[in-house]
Amino acid sequence: MKMTGADILINCLVEQGVDTIFGYPGGAVLDIYDALYRNGKINHILTAHEQGAAHAADGYARVTGKVGVCFATSGPGATNLVTGIATAYMDSIPMVAVTGNVGLSNLGRDSFQEIDIAGITIPITKHNYIVKDVSELADVIRKAFYIANSGRKGPVLIDILKNVQTAEYDYEPQKPLPLKQLETPLAKIQAAAEIINASKKPLLMIGGGAAASNASPHLLKLAEKLNAPVTYTLMGKGVIPDNDEKNLGMLGMHGTVASAKALIESDCIVALGTRFSDRVALNRDLFANGKKVIHVDIDNAEFNKNVAVTLSVLADVSSCVKALLPLVEKKDGNWLKSTISGGQSPENINCRAYEILRTAAKLAPENSPLITDVGQHQMWTAQSYPLNAPRLFCSSGGLGTMGYGMGAAIGAAFGTGKPCVLVTGDGCFNMNLNELSTAVTEGVPLVILLMNNGVLGMVRQWQKIFYDRRFSQTTLKKKTDYIKFAESFGAKGVLLGENDDVEEKLKEAFDYAVGNCSPVLVDCRISGDDNVLPMIKPGAAYETQLRKMED
Amino acid sequence: MDGQIKKYTIGALVSNKSGVLTRITGLFARRGYSIESVSACSTEDPELARMTVVMVGDEYMLYQMIRQMDKLEDVKKIGCANELDCVYRELLLAKVKATAETRAQITLINEIYKAKVVDLSIDTMILELTGDPEKLDAYLKVIEPFGILEMQRTGTTVLARGKHTLKDRDCYGDHVN
Repeated sequence: MKMTGADILINCLVEQGVDTIFGYPGGAVLDIYDALYRNGKINHILTAHEQGAAHAADGYARVTGKVGVCFATSGPGATNLVTGIATAYMDSIPMVAVTGNVGLSNLGRDSFQEIDIAGITIPITKHNYIVKDVSELADVIRKAFYIANSGRKGPVLIDILKNVQTAEYDYEPQKPLPLKQLETPLAKIQAAAEIINASKKPLLMIGGGAAASNASPHLLKLAEKLNAPVTYTLMGKGVIPDNDEKNLGMLGMHGTVASAKALIESDCIVALGTRFSDRVALNRDLFANGKKVIHVDIDNAEFNKNVAVTLSVLADVSSCVKALLPLVEKKDGNWLKSTISGGQSPENINCRAYEILRTAAKLAPENSPLITDVGQHQMWTAQSYPLNAPRLFCSSGGLGTMGYGMGAAIGAAFGTGKPCVLVTGDGCFNMNLNELSTAVTEGVPLVILLMNNGVLGMVRQWQKIFYDRRFSQTTLKKKTDYIKFAESFGAKGVLLGENDDVEEKLKEAFDYAVGNCSPVLVDCRISGDDNVLPMIKPGAAYETQLRKMED
Repeated sequence: MDGQIKKYTIGALVSNKSGVLTRITGLFARRGYSIESVSACSTEDPELARMTVVMVGDEYMLYQMIRQMDKLEDVKKIGCANELDCVYRELLLAKVKATAETRAQITLINEIYKAKVVDLSIDTMILELTGDPEKLDAYLKVIEPFGILEMQRTGTTVLARGKHTLKDRDCYGDHVN
């Protein structure tokens, strides 16, 4: 069947099972938006800004496991996607970003809204394409989805020139390409089992790769059989339920005391789908400290990149753990018992945010997606908000993108159809608060816990520790009335003052959000002097974990 | 990165498309690794180009680069050349000052190195030499005193000896780690 490039694109997206697109129209994608309109099978969410669209596609992908899709026009539309694409790249989130560009005859002439977005995004995509000829278009789109969702997942960008959108070509529907499956390396898994069986104190360390490969059921069985404590990186939150007693909580710079203690005392680290980032390994030479390290990852380039490992297993976490299960021997519970006594909860008791977060977790409908922005509130959330299922947690781990949350929350809401909880700070929220209008327009049931402390808390915390309390540009001094702001956008605002009853105010927020399918902004007044603890300084050993600021 | 610093030669079969060189050199640039030479050209298969990258670094850097390059969609096969089992060749063109008095001396050197004179003017010569990179280095040292006006080297190219080809290689796993 002959059709235009724009129609081929939309049909190929339907082929791939795309039901939702986040985007923003413009001159170079008019034909695409026209085809979308005429096709009518795909829901399009018009965001306030292309960055919001990219984060929404990312949030959608994290909660569904499907490829998130975003659209933007050429030039500024395309460059506005960049932070969102980079966020997805750092966290290995499958995404296809489609941009338009000027026609071939105008390419390279600095035409209006012309930008080399493919050139710009080379280092932050798994792959990208400039489609110059309509005959290549369908295959490029199919390949883009395959690449985004195969192996270590990530974003792919397709830049479609204007002339390609209008040119006609034959189109035949096709089934999506089957994803590449790695062969399970049985000999390596046998070797891993032998190391685990010889160990006395194995620790399971769970990363984003475990979440991406839907490994939860197998991992639960492995932890059970080994009687092994479990710790996770930020990206691995929810893979093992936080309410499982074997789960010691997050590992890393702001990880729990129990996880740090277990790491120090363990004799074998089984690292599953993690890349030993500097926020987790801290000191890459001291991290393993003579212990055996088994590293399972789907990306060969991750082995020995940051931490030298005893055994590398190139495999999908899920299939590897499945194959590993019958090979490991049951262990007694003594080691586990000794680690649990460390306590899962963070020790900083005098922190209002914990109370707010724990109450929110109690009041939120079961299995509501949890989205965070970046900073102190993000760490407090990771530490204290229990998640008991995978694919509920959206947070910018690798890139640490302030302003990620609003867009991602909208994406997560569309991905799950469930009410969502966004935890943000007053720094982050101000970066992309425009998307509150999108959430209102789309009727997203969203409780936004705005941890309002009037400061850029995490940066301030570092200024306390490393810069002798010289608070350079971290005091916000905003005069914003967030309640009026929320109301002016058509959302509801709830003030949670420092002396207000948390449960009462949050109940009001959740009831309204769920009952009215509306975002509710809760202005949570907290102290600007609260810190995230425990903390291990960058590059320091786990033994030096600070429990109090005075340490 | 405290391993021994050496020269490593990486060979890769890549898509014969625009932008591939940028993708590969970008991987080096963003890590602050320097490339000593790159040579790239299309092959007997019109879909594939072959690229040879010479890098200076330690084993960690080599492994990282091979693995990172291998992740690129456009890189089809990749391997590190083993010094003993490969033929290394590079071509040099050098324009040197050559007066009537020095011409004979240069010609004598050329005989020893098997270099050719491919252009001759009243006061210059263009010299052509093919050989392994070390031979070119040595030759350049000898002709330098005559005055090199400009020169160009192609960068190292490499093929494995015997029946082994990059195309038939399963993966670099056998050669790296």
